[in-house]
Amino acid sequence: MNNDIISVRQLTKKFGAFKAVDNISFEVKRGEIFGFLGANGAGKTTALKMLIGLLTPTSGGATVAGYDVVRQPDRVKQRIGYMSQRFSLYEDLTIRENIRLYGGIYGLANTEIREKTTQMLEKLDLKAQADTLVGSLPLGWRQKLSFTVALLHDPGVVFLDEPTSGVDPLTRRQFWDLIYEAAHQGVTIMATTHYMDEAEYCDRVSIMVDGRIEVLDTPRNVKSQLGAQTMDEAFRILARPQTTTI
Amino acid sequence: MNLRRLQSFFIKEFRHILRDRRTLLILFGMPLAQVLLFGFVLSNEIKNADIAVLDQSKDTESIALTNKLVSSGYFRVARTLESARDLEPAFRSGKIKMAFVFPPGFGHQLAHEGNAPLQIIADASDPNTATTLMQYAQAIIQDFQLDRAGARTEGRAIIQVQTRMQYNPEQKAVFTFVPGVITLILMLVSAMMTSITIAREKELGTMEVLLVSPLQPLEIILGKTSPYLLLSLSSTVLVIFLSMAIFGMPIRGSLVLLAMECILYTFVALSLGIFISTRAKDQMTAMFMSALGLLMPTMLLSGFIFPRESMPWVLQVIGMAIPATWFNPIVKGVMIKGVGLEILWFETLVLVGMALFFMFLSLRNFKDKLE
Repeated sequence: MNNDIISVRQLTKKFGAFKAVDNISFEVKRGEIFGFLGANGAGKTTALKMLIGLLTPTSGGATVAGYDVVRQPDRVKQRIGYMSQRFSLYEDLTIRENIRLYGGIYGLANTEIREKTTQMLEKLDLKAQADTLVGSLPLGWRQKLSFTVALLHDPGVVFLDEPTSGVDPLTRRQFWDLIYEAAHQGVTIMATTHYMDEAEYCDRVSIMVDGRIEVLDTPRNVKSQLGAQTMDEAFRILARPQTTTI
Repeated sequence: MNLRRLQSFFIKEFRHILRDRRTLLILFGMPLAQVLLFGFVLSNEIKNADIAVLDQSKDTESIALTNKLVSSGYFRVARTLESARDLEPAFRSGKIKMAFVFPPGFGHQLAHEGNAPLQIIADASDPNTATTLMQYAQAIIQDFQLDRAGARTEGRAIIQVQTRMQYNPEQKAVFTFVPGVITLILMLVSAMMTSITIAREKELGTMEVLLVSPLQPLEIILGKTSPYLLLSLSSTVLVIFLSMAIFGMPIRGSLVLLAMECILYTFVALSLGIFISTRAKDQMTAMFMSALGLLMPTMLLSGFIFPRESMPWVLQVIGMAIPATWFNPIVKGVMIKGVGLEILWFETLVLVGMALFFMFLSLRNFKDKLE
């Protein structure tokens, strides 16, 4: 078994004549925190959605956790976690009910669900809120909860689509602590973000511009390659020639 | 198909419904209100209609006929007019629905010539009421005539008409409305609510997470629809129970057949709901599509309120595409006439066809991808 948990080969997605993702190839190693950066509309979310089976590639392909995303989507789905850009839990259900639901959907046994619920509530310090409707929790807590729920079925890899948008800096920091913890336990993290300070937390980052991957390396190497002090600067250098949007 | 996944989804769906007061109100408050409204308020029967009498004869015959009209319970003399000029103002004031004009010498002419004119004027600004009252009046007058004829003329052939309103002798309006309400509620709950709840998942973005999960499209569809199947059937039981308890509505046919037909029709409605949700991106659109595309035709074109026979042929043809057009006669047939499949097989077959067609269509259109 090779060490690449995600392997992308010439992945392309066209919407009509528009190439949202243009022939990208890369590998992600087991246990890695991989940052998928790019301006809005650069194609990072489209690429991510092809990897989790929400979009069908126009050409090229990818394997995730050892399975082909086009031909074996069901095997892939059982082995990945996903946290979407929008809030993925049900606001009219309590924390406990949400965990129960996702546990059931991913085929966990009832005793397992109960154990995990206790663990999670302790870890997130939400014991007292176990039977509170999720809709009444502050946004930061909801995001942390929704990340933990995405890890409920012990997936090999978790896809996070803009997980921290709209969250205050302190909560973002706490959120990344959770990500580190998961990575330490061997979970591969693939996250899209447009916060450049978050890019510094990743093991490797790729920066997408107009559907193509312009650089892919460790944050340190990306910066020295482009002669930039910060990731933010590196990003501006890359993005400027092609487009004015940041 | 995985029962464990389906069960979790089913429980979640039930929680959504039980936590949403609006949904509960639509599920159980509306059927209740509709049965009571249609039962008590919308009645075809008219009692104590106000009439005016302009009696220019004032003899035993005209007085006897007036008394007979009043004693029937359908009419009440609100005005006694002295001149034909008073007729128009009486109608204009809205105080009377009908006027009876006896010409001078009414009784005399009836006795000597065997016939006499009588003018009845009805306020046709409300044609339904006017027609009904006219029928009452003519029936009473005919009865009056027969009495007189029987007493006087011997050897003359007279047809004695005996009428019977089969299946609903008292002509209770509830009998027509209850099947209509059942038709409407099953459509409303099953189609509208399912389309809204699926559209809600899309709107909130939770659908994405469900699609990324191991849940199969069929499991999502079953998990979404089965709670509404249960709820709309219990809502139907409520309607039938109420109409039996309060209005004495009978179930003359097979209860099992009625239940099966309700389930069949609910399947049609649920598939329509899913089909709508595959087209609608948000809850608002889903609601408008089902209100305009399903509820309005069900109310207006299925024969629930307006008889299909009196519609222009274009509307009759359109009406044939509406499930309720076929379901309504089934409910009426089973409940009121007590007939079974030997009569209703064709309607049932049409519904089966519709169920298969729309299920195929909705399954084919339900996407497990975002595109």
